[in-house]
Amino acid sequence: MAFISNTSSVSSVMLKVLFALIPAIAIYQLYFGPAILVELALASITAILAETLILRVRRLPVMPFLMDGSALVTAWLLALSMPPLAPWWLIVIATLFAIIIAKHLYGGLGNNLFNPAMVGYAVMLISFPAHMTQWPAVEGLAHAHLSFGETLRFIFGGDLPASMRLDALTMATPLDTLRTQLLLGRPVQDISAMPVFGYIGGKGSELIALAYLAGGTYLLQQRIITWHIPAAFIGSLALLAFGFNAFDSARYVAPWFHLATSSAMLGAFFIATDPVSGATTPKGKIIFGASIGALVYVIRTWGGYPDGVAFAVLIMNMCVPLIDAFTQPRVFGHDKKKP
Amino acid sequence: MEIPCVFHEAHLMRQLHKFHGGVHSPQHKQESTARPIAAARLPTRLVVPMHQHIGNRAKPLVQVGDTVLKGQMIGQADGYVSCAVHAPTSGVVTAIEMATVPHPSGLPDLCITIAPDGAERWVERTPLDYRAMNPSELRNRLRDLGLAGLGGAVFPSHAKLNPGKQPKVPTLILNGAECEPWITCDDMLMRERAAEIVAGAKIMQHMLGSDEVLIGIEDNKPEALAAMRAACAGTAFEVIAVPTIYPGGGAKQLTKVLLGKEPPAGGRSTDIGVQVFNIATSYSLARAVLHGEPLISRIVTVTGNVERPQNFEVLLGTPVKELVALAGKPRSDTHGYIMGGPMMGFTLPADHAPVVKATNCLIASSPALFPPSPPALPCIRCTQCAQACPVGLQPQDLYWFARGREFGKAQEYDLFDCIECGCCDYVCPSHIPLVQYYRFAKSEIWAREREKNQADVARERHEFRETRLERAEKERAEKLAAKTQGSKTPASGDTDAKQAAIQAAIERAKLKRAGVVPQNVENLPAERLKEIEEIEARRIKLKEAMEKQNETWPD
Repeated sequence: MAFISNTSSVSSVMLKVLFALIPAIAIYQLYFGPAILVELALASITAILAETLILRVRRLPVMPFLMDGSALVTAWLLALSMPPLAPWWLIVIATLFAIIIAKHLYGGLGNNLFNPAMVGYAVMLISFPAHMTQWPAVEGLAHAHLSFGETLRFIFGGDLPASMRLDALTMATPLDTLRTQLLLGRPVQDISAMPVFGYIGGKGSELIALAYLAGGTYLLQQRIITWHIPAAFIGSLALLAFGFNAFDSARYVAPWFHLATSSAMLGAFFIATDPVSGATTPKGKIIFGASIGALVYVIRTWGGYPDGVAFAVLIMNMCVPLIDAFTQPRVFGHDKKKP
Repeated sequence: MEIPCVFHEAHLMRQLHKFHGGVHSPQHKQESTARPIAAARLPTRLVVPMHQHIGNRAKPLVQVGDTVLKGQMIGQADGYVSCAVHAPTSGVVTAIEMATVPHPSGLPDLCITIAPDGAERWVERTPLDYRAMNPSELRNRLRDLGLAGLGGAVFPSHAKLNPGKQPKVPTLILNGAECEPWITCDDMLMRERAAEIVAGAKIMQHMLGSDEVLIGIEDNKPEALAAMRAACAGTAFEVIAVPTIYPGGGAKQLTKVLLGKEPPAGGRSTDIGVQVFNIATSYSLARAVLHGEPLISRIVTVTGNVERPQNFEVLLGTPVKELVALAGKPRSDTHGYIMGGPMMGFTLPADHAPVVKATNCLIASSPALFPPSPPALPCIRCTQCAQACPVGLQPQDLYWFARGREFGKAQEYDLFDCIECGCCDYVCPSHIPLVQYYRFAKSEIWAREREKNQADVARERHEFRETRLERAEKERAEKLAAKTQGSKTPASGDTDAKQAAIQAAIERAKLKRAGVVPQNVENLPAERLKEIEEIEARRIKLKEAMEKQNETWPD
C-alpha cells in the first residue's frame, strides 16, 4: 500500500464542481433576477439538514460525510435545474427526495444507481407540472420586475405586489416556445425571430450555456471529469440535430440552438458526468454520453416534454452496469478485449 | 544511384512508446544524491537470511562455531530456482536460528549470524572465463555466486540468463529507470560505476545471444545518462532516456516504452524475445564473473527522516539500525523504517532486521513525511484509479468485487494482472487502501485453491481405497467360487477342460494382482500397519500446519 497520495479528496473534487458552477450562477442571476439565489440557498440548507438527519438515522459519522460536499453538489444542480420562481416547498421537496430517497435509501455516497438531482427533478416534473413551468422572464422581456424582498415574499408566501400578475413575471422557456409554436404549425425560421430567442439560442440562457461550457472546461483541465461523456453527449445531440435540420429546416431547429440551451451544457458537463451513476470505462462513457445526447434530442423533438435531459440521464443510469460489463478495456499483455 | 545515408546514432531516432496510466509524484531524489556512495562500516554482527531470493530457501552449510571467510558459501542453493548465500565478511558463526527478516509479514526466517573478526579475509576468488565456459556450467556457477535480481524482485539471475528452447533472446534491456520516489541507489551506481555495469551487460549479451542491448534510464537522471553513454562509447549498446513516470521502471512497462511490445499476461518477457535486468544486477554479475566475487554487498539508499541522506555500499546482513545510524543521529519523530520506496515498500517489522539482496532503499519515516491516510470514504467511481492503472485494469470494479468477496468476478476482471504498484492508492480521492483489498482477494483465492486441491487429493485417496476394497472383495468371492466349484464336480465332465478353466482363472487373478493391486500393504503384520498409519497421521498434521502458516502470510 502506498505511503504517499496526491492531495485530492472527495471534498476537493466536489468543491471544484461547485466552483465551476459559479460563472453560470452569476449570469443566471444577471439575466433572470435574484430568484435563483433564493433557490440555491433553499436547496443547500435543505440538503445539509436532510443529509445530517439521515446520517444520524443510519448511525454514520456526520461530519466526514457532510464535509465531502456531495450533498451540496446535488442541491446546486437541482436548484439550477428547477424553475426559480416556483414556491419554496417545490425545491425543498425535490431536495429531500434527492438526498433521502435517491441517495441514502440506495446506500448513500457512492452507491446510488440514479443521479439524485435528476430523480428529484423528475419527481417534481411529474407530480407538479404546473409549478414546474414558473420560469422567470429574461431581463428586458419581463413586463414587471421583482426586487429581492419581493422575490422572497413571492417564493415563500405566493404574494405579489398589488399591481403585478404572475404571467407578467414568468415566461415560457425557448425550448417550450419552440415546441408549442411548432405544434401550431409555424416554421422554425419564424419562431426563432421571436423575442425570447437570442443570437443562436434562448436569450440569456445561451450565455448561461456558455458559462456552463467554461465551467466544464475547467473541470476537464482539473481532471475532475474526462472528455468522453461531454463530447459524446454534445456530439450525438449535434449530429442528430444537424441531420434532421438538413432534412427539413422548417420543422427541425438548427444544431447550435440545441447546444446553446443551458440544460444541454449543464447536462453534458455536470449531470451526465456524475461518476457514481455514470459509466466508468472509456468506451462505456462514450456510449453512455452519446445515448443521453440522442435521447435528449428524441424527447425534445418528439416527446411529451419540452426538455429531456433528466429522463435521458435516468434512462441511461439504468443501463450503466450493462454498458460497463460489455466495454471492459484491453488489459496490458492481453490479446484482445473481452466480450 | 544514391546510397541512402545510414544514421548511426540510432538511439536518437528511437521511437518511444507509452503505457497506459502512471502517476507523477514528488521525486525526493536530490536529498540522497548530493553525496557519493560510501562504504558502510563493518557492523558488530551480521544476520544473513537463507531466503533472500525468489524460490527455495538456501540450505545452511556451516555449523555454529565455524570460522568463515569473506565470500565463503554458507548457504547452498536448493534446486534450480534458488540461490547460494555467502558470508559477507570473515568471522565466526554464532547462531543458526529463526530471526527477524525484512518481510511485511513480520514472520521470522532461518538466518546465520556471524560475528566479524575484522580481518576481512577473503575466500579464494576465481574469475570465470565466461566465453569459454559451457553455458549450463556458467549458470550453475552464477547460482553458486548468489546472483539475484537487485531491482527488488530478487529472482535468481542464472535462471533468467538462459535462452531456453530458443537459440537466443534478441533484445536485452538493462533497467536503470529507477522510477520510484526517494530511491537513488541505481542512479548513484550508474554515475560512479558505469563501466562495470556495461561489462556486466556484455556478459549478459553473451549468455543470451542478444542482438541489441538497450539501457533505459529515466530522464530525471542526466548525470547517470551521461555516465552510461560515456561507458557505452565504442559498443553498440543504446542508452535511452525514457520519460519520468511511475511505474515506468516496471520491467513490463519499460519493455513497452522501449519496444512498443507487451509481454503477454501470464507469460514471460522472453516470449517476445526480451529479457530485462536491473543495472545493479549487471554490476554484480561483472563483479562475480570478472573478479570471482559472490553477491555479498549492495548499494542501499538511506534517506527520509535522517540528517545526511546518502547511498551506502552495504554488506548483506547488516542490521538496519546500524546502517541508518551512518546517516546521522536518528531523529526523535522517526516512527519506523520503510524498505523500498513509498509506493511499493513496506514498514520493517523491527529495526534490527538485516539488509538483504532486495533492500534497495531504507526510508526513515515520520508523521511529517508520511502523514497517515485520512479515513476512507466510499468509492465514488470517479475512475481516477482506472486512469492511473499502468495495467489498464478497472480498479474501482476490482475493489467492489474484493469488498463483496466476489472472487470469481475479480478473477474475471484480471485481478491477477495487478502488479500492486500503488498508483490507484496514490490517486484515490476517497483514500481507499485499494492494493490491500487486491492482496486480500488474491490470498483468499489462493487459499481456496489450496483447499480445493487438498479436497481433490482426499477424494482421490478415498476413491482409490474404495476400489481397492471392492477388488479384494471380488477376489475373495472368486477364490471361494473356484474352491466350491472344484469340490462340487469332482467326477463329471471333461477334467482337462475344467483344469484349463481353473488354470486360466488363476492366471487372471495373478495378472490382476501384479498389475493394479497395491503391493506390500496386504498381509503385513499388524504392528507394521499401525506404524504406517502413524507416519501418515504425522505427515498430514505437518502438512496442515504448513498450510496454516502459509495462509497467515499476506502474499
